[in-house]
Amino acid sequence: MTLFHQKFHGSLAVLAFSIAAFVAPVQAAEEKVLNIYNWSDYIGPDTISNFEKETGIKVRYDNFDTNEILHAKLVAGKTGYDLVVPSSNWAKIQLEGGLLMPLDKSKIPNLKNLDTNLMKQLGTMDPGNAYITPWLWGVTTVGINVDKVKAAIGGPLPENVWDLLFKPEYASKLKSCGISMLDSADEVFPAAMRYVGKPAYSKNSADYQVAANMLKNIRPFVTLFSSSGYINDMAGGSICVALGWNGDINIAASRAKEAKNGNNIVSLVPSTGAVLFFDTMAIPSDAAHPENAHKFINYILRPEVNAELTNKVFYANGVPSSTKFIKPEVASNKSVFMTPEDLAKMVPPEAVNNDIRRLRTRLFTTFKTGR
Amino acid sequence: MSTATTLIDKMVDRWGRRLVIGTPYLYLILVFSIPFFVVLKLSVSTSNDGIRFEDLTTFNDWVFNLTASFQKYRFLLQDDLYLNTYGSSLKFATINTLICLFIGYPFAYFMARSPVSMRPVLLMLVSLPFWTSYLLRVYAWRGLLDDSGTVNSLLIWLGAIDEPIKMMHTAFSMTVGMVYTYLPFMILPLYANLVKMDGRLIEAANDLGAGPMRAFWLVTVPLSKNGIIAGSMLVFIPSVGEYVIPELLGGPETLMIGRVLWDEFFANNDWAMASAVAVTMVILILFPLALFNKYQTAAVGRGTA
Repeated sequence: MTLFHQKFHGSLAVLAFSIAAFVAPVQAAEEKVLNIYNWSDYIGPDTISNFEKETGIKVRYDNFDTNEILHAKLVAGKTGYDLVVPSSNWAKIQLEGGLLMPLDKSKIPNLKNLDTNLMKQLGTMDPGNAYITPWLWGVTTVGINVDKVKAAIGGPLPENVWDLLFKPEYASKLKSCGISMLDSADEVFPAAMRYVGKPAYSKNSADYQVAANMLKNIRPFVTLFSSSGYINDMAGGSICVALGWNGDINIAASRAKEAKNGNNIVSLVPSTGAVLFFDTMAIPSDAAHPENAHKFINYILRPEVNAELTNKVFYANGVPSSTKFIKPEVASNKSVFMTPEDLAKMVPPEAVNNDIRRLRTRLFTTFKTGR
Repeated sequence: MSTATTLIDKMVDRWGRRLVIGTPYLYLILVFSIPFFVVLKLSVSTSNDGIRFEDLTTFNDWVFNLTASFQKYRFLLQDDLYLNTYGSSLKFATINTLICLFIGYPFAYFMARSPVSMRPVLLMLVSLPFWTSYLLRVYAWRGLLDDSGTVNSLLIWLGAIDEPIKMMHTAFSMTVGMVYTYLPFMILPLYANLVKMDGRLIEAANDLGAGPMRAFWLVTVPLSKNGIIAGSMLVFIPSVGEYVIPELLGGPETLMIGRVLWDEFFANNDWAMASAVAVTMVILILFPLALFNKYQTAAVGRGTA
């Protein structure tokens, strides 16, 4: 470190620096900067500013809205980011490809706060929990505008709420009030596959054709493909059914409540199950400020900081002791903190190989373009 | 003394000329040729995990091996998605170019025929949109064309329609956005061409008995041919690969090569395939351009252009 700095400083500075380096080795060396790349609408209002105040580290915070974008940046390398938040099944590909840096657990004492069951689940993607720690987790599910949906279908909700999206008899009636789907094969296909009775992450290409045939029939009724804009569209009432993430749908519900526009939005917990996702903090292998990234991870894993995330964005977290800091209306929301019975019906995400990815993308393009 | 000066003058002359001519070549090599060859190389590379690429060339024990895979190009021909998308992109680019020409030509003609004192003002008005970010201007169309947007609200208020017309996320909204964005690129070269035209030629045509329409078709249009070509190229070429406008204003059913490239890079993480798609697009555009250029040069050579 000192050698590196000598090139850039005058001799006096070098002298001063050498003394400083002698007194406080290594720690003083890393620049007080941290570059974070996280999902949009995914952080508490004061999370960053409190960290900056406490540590004096200046945070630059950028957003993405699909795993694909983050993955492509990591593959290209030199992202400039020190902390990224991939979903666990993508992190598996990234850590196996050498794109992530193993964590120095001695620098993250708050790892002890983490839920052991959750860590076991992440262990299926990251053996020994060496690379990733949970940010928040949730489920890809169905969100509805209760009154508009009931009016459109003229009766009670179907037993299997996925029917609203995937059964032409319901979807055709809901077209007029707006149906939205996440704009990613990686999100739509696992849900569609389960609906047609196939494994969500099947390795058999014929299974995907079955799901594609089902999707083809409901394509005329889908009015929007969106992975972040649908929050406001739901809140504003131009979308009444969405295939989306539970937290996003709850954000839409709270925005509608704030706007007092009468849109009653609910994130449903399908009795037939849905696919979970686990978003995780990871450090790219070429990060310039790994020290600061470790500090940030440790900070996020504090119960009160973790609770602030959940309070703002309505996703469950991985720190059980944060419960006492969570607002009662969020803590009691069964779509955020699912009951053990509901949770048992959900399926965890898996990584797929390149061939299956290509097949899904291709079928998704056919689906979207309606050909 | 004087011979020395002329020698220095000659040196400056020769090297100065090389410097001036060399600058654009250097620029083209740096920002066009080198990146193109990087993409070309990627398109014939192979990778198992989509993260690390195999070496294209190896030199082991005095054996030089070159492994170039053209499987991506084969795949490109096998799956009709790609050909359909090229077709669709070229179609939209052609429509865009024609509309720009039909709106832009009278526009440029009017500017070129207006009083000299007015021209700088008109020119500034044409380039004024460039002062705001293009992303913002494209986004603004959403506010205008949305179901609850300005146009629909106005029409409903006027009683012309009861239900909002679906304009947003259709081929219509995309075309509007493309024409709006690329129109200045058509007007400016046309204007530069038309403003230089000798007005006496029209007078001569009139004297010889040609009416205004006849004079326009037989004199003005042929003389502005180079302006039409330049403007059409400036509009057509970037329209083919346009990504932002179709994403923001187009519908999910609009196939554009920009989106397919996105899918290859991001959704499939298949850089080789993405590169093959890009290379093929460049060839599709460059080949007719080169042919045209050859024809054009020959025409100039014969002195008929």
